Amino acid sequence: METLFAILIGMFFAGAVYLMLSKYTVRILLGVALLGNAVNLLLFTSGRLTREVPPIIAAGEDVLTSSAANPLPQALILTAIVISFSFFAFLLVLTYRAFQELGTDDTDEMRLAEPRNEPLPPMGY
Amino acid sequence: MASPATIDLSSALVLTPTPTADWLVVLPVVLMITVGAALMMIRKSVRLHGFVAIGGLTLLVVLDAALLWKVSTEGPVTMVMGRWLPPFGIAFTADLFGAAMALAAAVVALAVGIYALVDIEGSGRRYGFFPFLMLLMAGVSGAFLTGDIFNLYVWFEVLLISSFGLLILGSEPEQIDGALKYAILNLVATTLFLISVGYLYAIFGTLNMADIARKAGELRDTAPLVTLTTLFILAFGMKAAAFPVNFWLPASYHTPRIVVSALFGGLLTKVGIYALIRVTVMLFPVERETLSLILAVSAVLTMMLGAIGALAQTDIRRLIGYLVIAGIGNILAGVSIGTPAAISGAMLYALHSMVTMTALYVVAGRAAHLAGSWSLASLGGLYRQAPWFSAASLLLFLAAAGLPPLSGLWPKVALLKASLDIGAWWLAAGILLSAFLITLSLARVFLLAYWRPQAETPPAPKAAHGWRSVLPIGALTALVLWFGLLPEPLLALSQAAADGLADPSAYILSVFPDAVRGATP
Repeated sequence: METLFAILIGMFFAGAVYLMLSKYTVRILLGVALLGNAVNLLLFTSGRLTREVPPIIAAGEDVLTSSAANPLPQALILTAIVISFSFFAFLLVLTYRAFQELGTDDTDEMRLAEPRNEPLPPMGY
Repeated sequence: MASPATIDLSSALVLTPTPTADWLVVLPVVLMITVGAALMMIRKSVRLHGFVAIGGLTLLVVLDAALLWKVSTEGPVTMVMGRWLPPFGIAFTADLFGAAMALAAAVVALAVGIYALVDIEGSGRRYGFFPFLMLLMAGVSGAFLTGDIFNLYVWFEVLLISSFGLLILGSEPEQIDGALKYAILNLVATTLFLISVGYLYAIFGTLNMADIARKAGELRDTAPLVTLTTLFILAFGMKAAAFPVNFWLPASYHTPRIVVSALFGGLLTKVGIYALIRVTVMLFPVERETLSLILAVSAVLTMMLGAIGALAQTDIRRLIGYLVIAGIGNILAGVSIGTPAAISGAMLYALHSMVTMTALYVVAGRAAHLAGSWSLASLGGLYRQAPWFSAASLLLFLAAAGLPPLSGLWPKVALLKASLDIGAWWLAAGILLSAFLITLSLARVFLLAYWRPQAETPPAPKAAHGWRSVLPIGALTALVLWFGLLPEPLLALSQAAADGLADPSAYILSVFPDAVRGATP
């Protein structure tokens, strides 16, 4: 099961990195969204994968039997989902505004903050 | 069904109430979130924002100073949330390193907050400059004081989302251009951090830093800790703007309002440096040793890129951005050496850089206000116009270049000595060469912007800033001068903090009071 998940996560990461290497902002954004999900799956796998045993302590026992599902990664993933979703929402708006203001979605053309061929500082006066 | 009275809670909960004084560990974060929320509630009453925010920041400085005092007299202090026993509860642990960084951050934020009273006008306040500032400080304080590595990630995200808000304050096209690059690259960096945390949890089964520090020894032979440390270094290096992954900084730091630049230049990269030192020096020292050559090469390249980049800039804001990068290179050199003396030098440099870089940005803002330009091609006549301001600027320039008698000297001396002690002459040469190039670039700023007579007719006199710009520049310059002339207290502090990182037994003991018995859960 872990092997299967490892392959799946690897595919997620590969797709995310490929998309983020693009110079068009929309593809980068899709890559970012995919990256967030890859990390969530990674967190999920890193606490062990078990089916069908909920983390409930039976009557008369003090601790969980070790084969139960691990609740902590789910708490981590929940946090990570909320964060990555809000960031994704912000980035969507930012990208849209960038397209409106700068008139392009090509990051090579976005040179307003760092203009090409800026003059050097004066050598003397 | 067992009645609740028969359950023994002592193995899950801290049964004694948290001592009142220990609440100091979380109070900085609580205060900043509360003030931030209060400012959101009165967001229409723009006039009140300044008073509330400055009051909150002053209180933050007091709280952080009290915390540093407490930590320096009693050793690391821990408080666990919900009184769950660590490692199950989220622990806030303040040691000397974290508390000192938190105090420096609070002082810098207060100075920036005061300058913001003149620099951020009505519309900037209506967009929420002060609430964002409070939440950013909540994230920064939380990152410095938390003892849980996932919690550290959460604070990184808190400060990141507030920094987005501050960065695009004004919504000018340049800002959106810079913010897009800043946002995506920083998001990738924090995601890398989260990936590392996931692997760390898979290896250790715990997220508490004290717990990781004491378990790392046992797992060293079997677990891929070098790979894990590499991932952490990449993530934090990206946050700190270390060489191959620093291009978001020059792309964005000159676009926002100058107070925002001052805040970012002082604080954000240092949070990355703090996390890097915390993880590589305290948690994985052996792995850091393995990777030290990579760190050292990155350090030299970072400081050279910063110094050469600064030489090539016309815009003084971009020039200071490159100086921030050069400073990061110096700190990384200390991390790569890794001896307590070098870590102490790195920490000193981080504290110096926080104050100096913020002060430089504020000076740039003031200079642009006086002379009406950001460009070295048209700035001029500042010396004639404002002699006292020019004197303070000169002191700050000398401090940034690392010349005596100012604060930049001592950390550089410590780092040089540490690198020569281990025979890394090329590291020492890099530090000296980058300091020389920075001296050149700042001397040129002083020559062109201050000494050169104003070319055109001087711009119409603007409304005076008064104490709201004199106080931040004056106070930060006084700090720089004080540390330059009387370095003893800070040297002792950073030495003690570095020893506490090299041997974290006091830190571990504060989280697990029964760790002396060698008990592992």
